[in-house]
Order: sequence, then structure tokens, then C-alpha cells
Amino acid sequence: MKFVCFHLMPYRPLDMAERAKHRSAWVVLPNALYDPVKGAEEYQSYLDQLTYAETLGFDAIGVNEHHQTAYGMMPAPNLIASALIQRTKHVKIAILGRALPLVNSPIAIAEEFSMLDNLSKGRIICGFVRGIGTEYHATGLNPSFSLERFQEAHDLIVSAWTRPGPFEFEGEHFNVRYVNLWPRPYQNPHPPIWIPSMGSSETIRWAAAPERKYPFLVTFSSHELVSRYLNLYRDAARQYGYEAAGDQLGWAAPIYVADTDERARAEAKAGIESLFNQYLANPWEMLLPPGYTSLSSMKNTMRLRKALGSRAHNLTIDELVESGTMIAGSPRTVREKIERMRESTGFNILVALLQFGVLSNELTRRNMDMFAAEVMPHLRG
Amino acid sequence: MTAARVVEHKVGDIAVRMLRAGAGEPLLFLHGAGGWPGRIPLFDKLAAHYDVFVPEHPGFGTLENAGTIRDIADMAMYYLDFLEGLDTDRVHLVGNSLGGWIAAEVAVRNCARLKTMTLISPAGVRVKGVPMGDGFIWSPEEAAHNLFYDQSFAERVIALTPSEEEADRMLANRFMAARLGWQPRWFNPALERWLHRVKVPTLVLWGADDKLLPSAYAKRWQERVPGARVEIIPECGHVAHIEKADLVAEKILAFQAEART
Repeated sequence: MKFVCFHLMPYRPLDMAERAKHRSAWVVLPNALYDPVKGAEEYQSYLDQLTYAETLGFDAIGVNEHHQTAYGMMPAPNLIASALIQRTKHVKIAILGRALPLVNSPIAIAEEFSMLDNLSKGRIICGFVRGIGTEYHATGLNPSFSLERFQEAHDLIVSAWTRPGPFEFEGEHFNVRYVNLWPRPYQNPHPPIWIPSMGSSETIRWAAAPERKYPFLVTFSSHELVSRYLNLYRDAARQYGYEAAGDQLGWAAPIYVADTDERARAEAKAGIESLFNQYLANPWEMLLPPGYTSLSSMKNTMRLRKALGSRAHNLTIDELVESGTMIAGSPRTVREKIERMRESTGFNILVALLQFGVLSNELTRRNMDMFAAEVMPHLRG
Repeated sequence: MTAARVVEHKVGDIAVRMLRAGAGEPLLFLHGAGGWPGRIPLFDKLAAHYDVFVPEHPGFGTLENAGTIRDIADMAMYYLDFLEGLDTDRVHLVGNSLGGWIAAEVAVRNCARLKTMTLISPAGVRVKGVPMGDGFIWSPEEAAHNLFYDQSFAERVIALTPSEEEADRMLANRFMAARLGWQPRWFNPALERWLHRVKVPTLVLWGADDKLLPSAYAKRWQERVPGARVEIIPECGHVAHIEKADLVAEKILAFQAEART
């Protein structure tokens, strides 16, 4: 199994009483609540944690992109990736991912990744995403064209990396007279492309297509849903006439390890509950702007939501562990849960979120040490 | 007077529902982003004087008949086709919000098929420094409260439980509204530059307490549309044709009577 130490870089000094006065920690949360002196310390801590992950033997360290939110301080993840390149030697650096539809020049993304790939001598993994729904409130981009722009930007970036330039790109949203990338990517033909997703079936089939075979990562879902989505990918691959490799299947989850199950839950509680209830929670108008998904996916989501009732109560760590949305426990418990997912899906990429919500530096460090010493070695190979 | 009825109306490949009512000079009403209103009291009042046409916009109610319409310019061209296909005299064009925007986009392109134009809190023009409300971020309850001045209307809207079919239609309305109005939000920068091309008598009605499109916008329309008459309706929100149906009907009738002389 391959291990990615993944970070969201939340703004932990958030005043939660103030947060509670707003509908979301995204887009509408007044940025007067951000203190740059404290924020600068946060960046320092998080860069230290990701750098430390190389020492612990992780295969990759990962960052991602979100806009105008206390949930994550990385509107420009490639800046963080660039800093990490200078602080590390061998570990892969995964940007999971860059939101393609949000930019008006996908060439800029192709150029940035290409530069990072050269600067790191081929250590870059590129995640391609559409961004979550709130991103379309934050940027003003019309969600109706999100999927079209994602696919077209993907085509433009990959052809910029692989086709000899100069050539002309003729699209619906993007039209570029001269595509002629300097520098070209270091890796041949280009850095690996991974697709983190909440699991739309269209995205799964698209990623699994034989000409792409992009690793697909399921994020923040229950054990049941992760298993279902990863198996959807396997089924899609079979329909295309091949068997998906474990390295095409990834699971991204918050994980906390301590010497006993009880201690793990006690130590992780404040962090994980703040992640889901304060940082991530969004009203559906913000999470699912019209057009971001197909009409039928939107209907399914809304029916599901209706069935569940609007979220009247906050999620607890017990519920999150019970559903398998997070893993928390003794090394043995954590290993067993990961094994169980491997048995039901054959997945081979574990994207571990070891710092989450308000979890302190000290507990994060202890969690990372335990995970690297007591979990990773048993699941290698 | 002909009884109100809903017919299917086809323009090119796109077939939509359309309310028909009354007799007299033709009056075409273009609905707002909330969707096709069906038979509302305003139309009964207008039907006593006019041959009323209320089509559902392509893509509203069901995305399947959006055809190739991707933006407001496509929608304007669709309605130019629509007007050319009507076997009637020149029409009185009336529109609320998104419908007002479409009406203005039609009028700057070609007024030949129009007799007058009435815009009720139209979208389409932005006034810098006077922010619009964000209907895409409001919850359904907030939207209801913000669209009306008289909160008894809001309470009635909130109390409604839509059937599954109605809920599907409302969702399609939201999708199509986003396609047309998300960015730039509810306006077309080019429209304001061409409003001098509106060659028919124009009335602009605006609820004084409109929380979606502030009534301060009315002044800009008055400045840009030659000879436009602006009337601000007190104690009224964004959907004057519902909240003040009698008054709106009176204003339209009086304005058009005057325009005739």
C-alpha cells in the first residue's frame, strides 16, 4: 500500500462563537476573523508537519485548493508545493487537486505544474478537480459550465504537456492560438494525474477510461459509500475491458491512532468534530449551486437529504467512526479497518488526513508517529 | 373574452407551455427566474382587455427543452423568432425580473414587432455600488421573505409543500436561471450601451422595497431608455405583479391608453 500524508491547513485559531453567527466557514465568513500573525504560525506548523512526513517514510505528501474559507488556507496550493520541494528530497508531492474550471487560462495551470515538476525533478502528482460548490460562489464562475470547463481544461493541459508545440487549441470555453509550453514537464509523458472526487458516476467512468486510467480518490465518505464508489470504478474498468489496478484506487480519510481505542477517540474528538461541524458544514445552496452537478444527481442528493432530514444535530466522533467516515483507534483497530476496505475494494492508495480541524500540533505529531510506526509497516507491499 | 387555457407552443424545435387568455390587442408576458407563474390574478385582469400570451421560457420547468440556449443573447434571439411566428398585430411586451431583461434584450435588437414595453423590476442592468441581493445563496425561506414586502405572501409561499413534479420543475428553474444569470450576475454589460435603441413607449415599475434588485436601479433605466416613464410602487417587493396585481394592471392599462393617444 502507498501512503499519502495529506493536509487541509485549516485556520485553527478561528473564533467559534463568531463562526456560529454565520451560515458557513466559507465565502461569507468575515475575513476580519483571520489574524495574519496567527495564520503565519499556522503555515509554519503545517509545512513542518508535511516535511516531517518525509522523514517518517510516507510515499507522498499532499495539499489541496479551496477558496475564501477557514477550512483550508491554500487558495494557491502550488505555492505550498513549491515550498515543500525546497524542504524535501525524495518524497512525492501531490496537489490534490487544482480546480481546473475556475481559471480562465488553463495554460497557466499547465505551466505551473510543469515548473514544479522541473523544480522537483519529477516528484509531482497532479490532482485535477472541479472544486466544491462553494468555489463557484467564491469566484463567481457559472457552475452551469463547470463540467464542460473541467473536461476542456483537462484536454488543453494534457495536450500542452504532450503535443509538440506550437499548436492551436480550439475549444468552446478556451481558445488558444499558440500552445507551446516552456518548460515542458520533467516526467515523461507528464506527471501522474489523480482524480479526487465525491463520487459522481460520470467522473468515475471518465477517469477509468482506458486512455486515461487515472487513479480515483474517494474523499470524506462512509465506509459503505467509499466501497461502492471504488467498486463502481472497478466495474467501469471491466466494462472497458481491463482490470483496475490497486494503484488506481484511493481512499482519503481522517485517521487518528493512539495506544487504545478510547484514548484515540478522546484525543481526536475536538479536532474531528470541528472539522465536520464548524469547518466543513455548508447549507446546500452553497454546496450544490445549480448546474454544478447534473439535474438528476442534484435530485438524488436532495432526496437523500430529505430522507435524512436537514442536519439538526452536530456529528459526533462516535457517529463518524461508526459510519467509517473517519478511522480512530488503536493501531490494531486502524489496521483492521484499512484491511477491511482493501478486502472489499482492492484499493492501494491511502490518503491519510492526520491533522484535522483544531487538532493541535502536539497531537498531530503523536498521531503521525504512531501511524508511521504502528500502521504503515504492516500494510506495506 | 376567451377562457384562460394552457396550450403547447412551438418555435423551431422548442415546444413550451403557454397560458392564453382574453381578447384584444396582443400582450406577451415574460416571467422571471422563479419560473412560469401559471394563471395568476394579474393575467385575469389583463385578459379583460388583451389577448394575453404567457409562455414558459425554454429550459424552465424542464431542462430538456433548453435547446441550444446557453445565455441571454440566445434567449433574446429565441424570442425574436417567437415574435415573428406570432400571427398577431404588434404586441405589448411585459416582463418581470429575468423576463424584463429578456424583453429589453429583444427591444434593443428589434422593436418592429413591439407596441409598448413594460418592465417590472427588470434584471439586465447593474448599478455599481448598489449591490443586488444574492438569490442563489438564500435558503428557500430567506428567498420568500426577501421577495415580498407583505410577509403574508412569504408565509403562504413557505407553507406550500410542492409535489414531486413541482419540486422537479422548481429545480429546473433554478438550473436554467443560473445558466442565464449567474455571471455576470443578472446583467449584461452590453445591454446598457444599447438601450437608446428602444423605440417604443416604455414603462418601468419597481417595488420600493425590492431586496433582490434595488429600486435605485430604476433611475438608470430612466436615463438610458428614451422617454421611459418610471413609477416606484410603495410597500412592494421584487414581484409587484403578484404582490400588487391590481395596481400593476391599472398602471399598465393607464400607460398603454396614454401611449395610444
